[in-house]
Amino acid sequence: MSAAILLAAGMSTFIQTLTKALALGSVYVIMALGFVIIFKATQVLNFAAGAIAMAGAMFMTILVADGGLPFLPFDNPLAPPDGETPGILLWLVNLFAALGIAALFGLVIERLAIRPMIGQPLFAMAVITLGIEVAIRPFNLDATALAARSLKVPWGAESWKWLDATIPKSYIAAMVFATISGIVVILFYRSRLGIAMRAVAFDQEAAMAQGIPVGRVFAIAWGLGAALTALAAIVYGMAPFPPGGQISQEIHPILAFRVLPVIVLGGLDSAAGAVAGGLMIAGAEVFAGEYLSQYNSTLGSGYSTIVPYLVMLIVLLVRPFGLFGTPEIRRV
Amino acid sequence: MLGRPLLRTSYEQDSALLPSAFQKGAMAALLIGLVLMGLGAPILSDIPEALLGGTWINPVTNLLPIAIAALGFNILVGVTGQVSIGHAFFMGVGAYTAVGLGGTGDGVKACVPFHDELGLLDQAGQCGLGLPIWIWLPAAGIAAACVGIFISPAAVKVRGLYLAIVTVGLVFIGLHLGRMLPEYAGDFESGRRWPSLDLKIWKEETALVQMNEDGKWFGLIHLSEEQKQFFFLLALVIVFTVLAKNIIRSRTGRALQAIRDRDIAAEVMGVPEFKYKMIGFAISSFYAGIGGALFASYNGRMSPINWSLFLSVDFIAILLIGGVGTIVGTLLGTVFVELIPELVKTFTEWLGEQTQTGGPLGWVANLVLTEGPDDFGAISLAVGSPGWPMSVFFWNLVIYGLLIIIFLIFEPLGLFGIWTKVRNYWKRWPFSY
Repeated sequence: MSAAILLAAGMSTFIQTLTKALALGSVYVIMALGFVIIFKATQVLNFAAGAIAMAGAMFMTILVADGGLPFLPFDNPLAPPDGETPGILLWLVNLFAALGIAALFGLVIERLAIRPMIGQPLFAMAVITLGIEVAIRPFNLDATALAARSLKVPWGAESWKWLDATIPKSYIAAMVFATISGIVVILFYRSRLGIAMRAVAFDQEAAMAQGIPVGRVFAIAWGLGAALTALAAIVYGMAPFPPGGQISQEIHPILAFRVLPVIVLGGLDSAAGAVAGGLMIAGAEVFAGEYLSQYNSTLGSGYSTIVPYLVMLIVLLVRPFGLFGTPEIRRV
Repeated sequence: MLGRPLLRTSYEQDSALLPSAFQKGAMAALLIGLVLMGLGAPILSDIPEALLGGTWINPVTNLLPIAIAALGFNILVGVTGQVSIGHAFFMGVGAYTAVGLGGTGDGVKACVPFHDELGLLDQAGQCGLGLPIWIWLPAAGIAAACVGIFISPAAVKVRGLYLAIVTVGLVFIGLHLGRMLPEYAGDFESGRRWPSLDLKIWKEETALVQMNEDGKWFGLIHLSEEQKQFFFLLALVIVFTVLAKNIIRSRTGRALQAIRDRDIAAEVMGVPEFKYKMIGFAISSFYAGIGGALFASYNGRMSPINWSLFLSVDFIAILLIGGVGTIVGTLLGTVFVELIPELVKTFTEWLGEQTQTGGPLGWVANLVLTEGPDDFGAISLAVGSPGWPMSVFFWNLVIYGLLIIIFLIFEPLGLFGIWTKVRNYWKRWPFSY
């Protein structure tokens, strides 16, 4: 009898942990897809993704919660009335608007900082994104310094019950968004432009000689990448995730740095790797946090935050280019 | 060889520390100038005072330990070509070795909570063996170097950007260790105190040179505590600069550069890749350990948060803005990067005065600064006021990020590159080629 209850309790804990892992994995997957699209097309490791993502989420809060910016001549026509939570459809429309603005933001960054650097060493390109990160981050920190900004998620922190396990709606929403992102990326890679992008990734000069507009491919990669990272930040801002339905300062390090092991694990230039890496890392992190908690005193509280790095170190020592990454062919 | 400035007749001449008479003179002038500046000579110390304010010696002294760590970072990234974002971790290793060996207290027994003079609870107490600086400083470097050697096999297996991300992981593992061991690292927010820079022979009460009180040299020259620390750290920077220069122009340095230029080619020519990557990591982390220990010791109180990724990013900025792979560039970059916040602060304060006194730039100040609630300007003068307009502190970060971008796009060789261009222009004058 008691064994059955224990088993049932263990079962619901397991289901809850599994959904949490899948939901966190979804955030990582969306974020990693944003990285991979940019890296595959432009060979730039985007260290600015954290700041861009948070800025994208900021656009969303401006649209939904503020209804526009004070110095703009017009307000957001689709903003929900003051103090009210928007309906799902209205919220989704605003979400797409915010993602559009984030994509434009990505285009501007690409045009100003990345385009002049084409042909430079990979390290220089990566470091310039580090500069972008440093330059954008203060705006995010300043905007959230007084109080966290609400995302007005329609379903808030509501959850469903299933077999004694509580499954928050946001977790399911995260998985849905991740699936949609994955499908969009796959469809995109199969489109004419996506094929052009793969050609550019293969050899920039040869692609140019075939008449592929390399500059436009770069721009589109950055636009899409910025929109995906912004989506990841917005999804991570939904209720049961740690920031609790809002965008606060603590969201930044997670988006910016916790996702690095994910892309390295999967391989910097592989979309399939992004999915596998995201789910693996989130699984390791969440399950270690749940099932090793009795070792808190030896491992130190918050040890689950470094589990991703440990997994990454171990995998990289066995497979130096990640699970699905293209090995670099080294020539003298 | 007067009249033929670039003629070299032997390898010794070519690789000399200071190849030309002009460089020897300039170096001597620079050193004498720095010493006089530290002593407070009238004109020389007026310049930094005007740029950085009355207590200019504090920010200037603070950048000296950073300079040592930056020299090490240059050896790893600029000379050996191994991209690392984990320099802050190695600095932390050095700093915590220093505090363990040099922290005042009675060994491990002293690890009990107590309140220090600021009224902050020092959870860790001051546990440490209380050993003098000539033990804890080299030990800090050696401990960091050992960790560096332990990490270096990863650099052979994992390359390029993948290695950069692995070293990011190191920083986070270090932060976690800091959070895990409060009895050693202190409270995660407020941290713990570090041993002072006093020069002692052993554990005696009155140190040979007391760094935290004023004193006299040979009963003649009066030195304040700031000046003492400045000269001590300046001397160390000079020692480590010469050491770095000598490493780079030795057999080891040439091997490291061969690895940077093409590791497979180097190995084909008989330069063992594994060995020299290990040496590169060891030297670099040795410098980082020494720099970290001095940095923490000069600042007095440090928390684990101080050894975060942003410290590592500082070093990347230093190297890029100064000039990758050059020692002069590294030092120039350190001065530039570390003093920019101070310069911006002085400049905004000066602008603020302009609005009040109605100086020539008063209208610019009116446009840019925000004083009242209805004022429209991007920079807020109120300290610690969140929301738009942003405070000077945040604008500093923005400027810092933009500098990295601008230097990378327009002058990839950094300040050193600008200097070379100017020098060559005058050398060739009146010809343009």
